[in-house]
Amino acid sequence: MGMTLAEKIISRKIGRVPVPGEIVVMPIDAAMAHDGTAPLMIKSFEAMGAKKVWDNKKAAFVIDHISPSSNEGTSALHKMMRDFAKVHSFPLYDVGEGICHQILPEKGYVFPGGVVVGADSHTCTHGAFAAFSTGIGSTDMAAVFASGKLWFKVPETIRIKIEGTMPNNVMSKDAVLYSIGEIGADGATYKAVEFCGEAVRKMSMDSRMTMTNMAIEMGGKTGLIASDAITRDYLEGRINVPFIELSGDGDADFADTLEIDAGDLEPQLSCPHQVDNVKLVAELEGLPVDQVFIGSCTNGRLEDLRIAVKVLRGKKVKARTIVMPASREIYLGAIKEGLIEELVKAGCAVGVPGCGPCVGGHHGVPSQGENVISTTNRNFKGRMGNAEANVYLASPLTAAYAALKGKIEVPLGA
Amino acid sequence: MELLKGKVWKFGDDISTDLIIPGKYKFKTIDFNELAKHAMEGADPDFSTKVNKGDMIVGGDNFGCGSSREQAPVVIKHSGISAVIAKSFARIFYRNSFNVGLPVVECPELFDNVETGDTLELYLAEGKVIARGRTFTFKPIPPFLMAILQDGGLVEHYRKRGGFIWEKPTR
Repeated sequence: MGMTLAEKIISRKIGRVPVPGEIVVMPIDAAMAHDGTAPLMIKSFEAMGAKKVWDNKKAAFVIDHISPSSNEGTSALHKMMRDFAKVHSFPLYDVGEGICHQILPEKGYVFPGGVVVGADSHTCTHGAFAAFSTGIGSTDMAAVFASGKLWFKVPETIRIKIEGTMPNNVMSKDAVLYSIGEIGADGATYKAVEFCGEAVRKMSMDSRMTMTNMAIEMGGKTGLIASDAITRDYLEGRINVPFIELSGDGDADFADTLEIDAGDLEPQLSCPHQVDNVKLVAELEGLPVDQVFIGSCTNGRLEDLRIAVKVLRGKKVKARTIVMPASREIYLGAIKEGLIEELVKAGCAVGVPGCGPCVGGHHGVPSQGENVISTTNRNFKGRMGNAEANVYLASPLTAAYAALKGKIEVPLGA
Repeated sequence: MELLKGKVWKFGDDISTDLIIPGKYKFKTIDFNELAKHAMEGADPDFSTKVNKGDMIVGGDNFGCGSSREQAPVVIKHSGISAVIAKSFARIFYRNSFNVGLPVVECPELFDNVETGDTLELYLAEGKVIARGRTFTFKPIPPFLMAILQDGGLVEHYRKRGGFIWEKPTR
């Protein structure tokens, strides 16, 4: 019998075939904390009495959640991070660099077969590169910074097989929202989620990262996609380890398989206040929209900005629209392609690369009773900073249409 | 670990970390007593003023879902809660709880048999909890996690042992 992709990566690290449910200890290839989690990690690291960061080439800090800082308290925590990174001489990606889950692959921390931990739940994003990548808390991260190793329970795997071709008004975000609706917010708890099939193989890295990013919204420990020529192209010139192709075996023992015919997919909306409360865009047509956010580690990449511009070029938005590229590299790419100019002309507020309004700390907290269409990954009550606002999650295409119309409408193809 | 005894505060399914401690607070301070004033605020705005030391939270499925913020189990512990017993937990919250020294137990049968205000007796090592005279059993906590809990969390564990228990081969 074959191995799932998660089992394959783990087996390479421990030198034998792992058994789901067993506890293994693995060396860590990359470890990251951000301004929401690093201060507590530093507190734990110092309280432990740890002296040295285990490997300054594998450790990274990112200031992205409240970036730039909006208040004195946050500024003090940012300074604490900068001081710690300086003392232990490892990289800190500061204000304007972008979102941690975009920076790690861009800067070469992520490669097929690697084990990546981040003190952020959306660390599962990096599984798009066939890396075993999962979110941990601050004190676990302190243990990693001190020792370079961590324990993991070998997960079972749920397979999501997407065959066929998606309609041209459907994006990978719709495929993953549909999957979450089917599997439920805790359907994959403690498990790995492996995305495969023809539609996934045809997707760009930008699209693939959107899906693995949201594995946690089904409870998944990590989201995984096989590495192939598309992965190689993205990582070329970024990583300093040999690229390998890794994929799960078709005859592996999967806990469950969800089969999706891509051609049947329609634009999806995740409705308040649970990510698995998924409906068709068609069911909510006409709902007035007050704010649109296009950005985040889910959908703030170049492909997403291109889609938004296709919809908005030469037109004016009818809803307040905030756009934030996920990284400096993407921002520069968007400037070169003229995308930023088009978005600004269309009336969008284009902001600094970072998490923006997704986590409710700054940069666009909605008002009471407002409806927000967001390309982010969570719509929990209070998530965007106001428990009385209604957050709907959608693809950048659906979001751009909502911006253009000032209400929810089924998008035409981009 | 001795018997834990306390009054129940009952919550439902999918209690997210955003409900346990809204993101807007966690970016401003790491003062746990300050943060604990907002414990469970999203689910029950007055929780921190009503809870007494030793009380327990009973939750439904997927307790602690959402972000990786360790502040979530931290504020629950600092509010005075001695343990959380739920039908199931989100995995990062589960790990974080042991790391900060907050006992968490998966016991699906308990949920429908207790209400807020009941008194619970929790025997962690024995794997049982008593409510309204009935005994409910649960799968014992793995020994290495129990050791971390008995040391008072991962920081104290490391200070005490000069290393991590899992660094020794487990198999």
